[in-house]
Amino acid sequence: MSNGEHDHWLVRPQSIRRLWIAFIAILALLVALDLVVGHHPHFGIDGIFGFSAWYGFLACVVLVIAAKAWGALFKRTDTYYDA
Amino acid sequence: MTLELLPPGLVLMAGGLLLLAVRGLARSALLLLLPLLTLVLIWQLPDGVALGASFLGNDLTIVKADRLSRLFGTIFAIMAFGWGLFALNQPRSAELAGGYFYAGSAISVVFAGDLITLFINWELMAIGSTIVVWCGGQAAAGAALRYAAVHILGGVLLMAGIAGEITATGSIAFNAMAADTLPRWLMLCGFLINAGAVPFSAWLPDAYPEASWSGMAVLSAFTTKTAVYVLLRGFPGTDILIYIGLAMIFYGIVYAILENDMRRILAYSIVNQVGFMVVGIGIGTEMALNGAAAHAFAHIIYKALLVMSAGSVLYMTGKRKCTDLGGLFRTMPLTTLCGIIGALSISSFPLTSGFISKSMISEAAANQHLALVWVLLAAGSAGVFLHAGIKFPWFVFFQKDSGLRPPDPPWNMRAAMILFSAICIGLGILPGLLYALLPFPVDYVPYTASHVLSQLQLLLFSGLAFFLLLSWLKRTLTITLDTDWFYRRLGPRVFAGLDRVADSLWQSLAGGFATFAAAVNRGLHRHHGPEGSLGRSWPTGTMAFWTTVMLAAYLILTSI
Repeated sequence: MSNGEHDHWLVRPQSIRRLWIAFIAILALLVALDLVVGHHPHFGIDGIFGFSAWYGFLACVVLVIAAKAWGALFKRTDTYYDA
Repeated sequence: MTLELLPPGLVLMAGGLLLLAVRGLARSALLLLLPLLTLVLIWQLPDGVALGASFLGNDLTIVKADRLSRLFGTIFAIMAFGWGLFALNQPRSAELAGGYFYAGSAISVVFAGDLITLFINWELMAIGSTIVVWCGGQAAAGAALRYAAVHILGGVLLMAGIAGEITATGSIAFNAMAADTLPRWLMLCGFLINAGAVPFSAWLPDAYPEASWSGMAVLSAFTTKTAVYVLLRGFPGTDILIYIGLAMIFYGIVYAILENDMRRILAYSIVNQVGFMVVGIGIGTEMALNGAAAHAFAHIIYKALLVMSAGSVLYMTGKRKCTDLGGLFRTMPLTTLCGIIGALSISSFPLTSGFISKSMISEAAANQHLALVWVLLAAGSAGVFLHAGIKFPWFVFFQKDSGLRPPDPPWNMRAAMILFSAICIGLGILPGLLYALLPFPVDYVPYTASHVLSQLQLLLFSGLAFFLLLSWLKRTLTITLDTDWFYRRLGPRVFAGLDRVADSLWQSLAGGFATFAAAVNRGLHRHHGPEGSLGRSWPTGTMAFWTTVMLAAYLILTSI
């Protein structure tokens, strides 16, 4: 289907751009709130500013890269066991 | 045998078998009423032994209730009800009967007061669940056989462990143990196989996704969570469980990231979620055990909800692969919404059931100053959002437009999804309802500004990572090899190789023997055949000659 005016509003490029803007605004707000909300860090690392934000992002990047590496070794076509 | 009350699990099992005999309205009524009756029976159980029996000189405790068993019994009965509603339009009565038999035996395990009763119901559970997998159709037959084989192996380990334990201690009681003897290690292994612990996890993504559109929903709930229950009761605070649990968490994430089949994504994420519970059991403090139990409760509902939404898609489109799906939000709005609620719950989003349960496990790790465990659990939580929280709904309901325009599924399937969505959000808003049922008193407040903010940061920045890395996450027509490769590929290859070796050995042996036999035959033929020197007929003259020779010799010898 086309991404034209007749398709669902959610898939129009303009809506997607707006969603991205809203998303980034929310992300920025969440990090900014760290200045206001007091955390009670258990260890040293979780006391760093915006810990959950950058740690969550970093963890996902590492996990995706780890998965890519694992996949490079162990990926097979999905008919592998049918043969 | 003293009968004080009906055993709840047995009622569901026996009633499930009745499903084979009835049709139409009676079948629907039975499907919906049986779990409710079971639930009432569970809530009527008093603390302590409610039903005993004597078997081979042992005093069995068929039903024994306490807070922990009642918690698991309750969620199992609720799950059975939701599944009965979802599967109301499943034409195969065998699957429904197998499903209730399976659920009933899981409830019987939870209320089993001794090791022998536990073992018997453990095995009945394996039979019921194998029938459910088997009902998935022709393609499921191989998976069902492999599933049965793995669970028979687990059962053998468990039985050997139980026999050793009874011999060593003289008691059949099932109490908290330390993994300090061989029989106890065997029992622990038997439990862990059912929990889907790495490296014995491959049976789960191999078998469950092959069940029917409804079958996987019932399978997702009982086997692994019954294992969580017996670990909670039998091996709380066993250190090694922390590391096994962490391995399960990251195994589930990595394999789910690589997976293309939506139902296999959900299967890997079961292992991932059970990993969190196993970590909690390994930590072993009251808060950690509460967290593991609460997470099992919440998980059963949101995982069933996710599997139901995937089942609805499979039912309406006949497709399971992300590469074939996408854009379904247009015509399946309710399924999409329910799938998203399940996805948010599994990701522990605030105001959902996952938020109030999983965080207790992390909190317990922090309280025990297990810094590395806490940091890894946080990474695992981010990874859950990545592989299940966004990946599942994104690739199934959004992504590209697959051109598929199926409507939402029939009313009963919608009703089951709405019910479970309501429970996910209800528990998220009113955590006290669940906390009141937990085995230990709860001294934990999930909704603090700090906790909500950190969780939102963790999840939404994981979401950012997902969309930025989307091109790396593109689905391909692939599977990723798992430990089942050893028995699905290496094993058969080794046997085929051995077969070839044996065959060639036999060929050369047989060939050698044939050559030898032919040589013998030729020799015999030469000497004894029609032309052979020993085979010729002798003329009378020759005989007379030799007789004369012998007589002459006799004459000479006697005259000497």
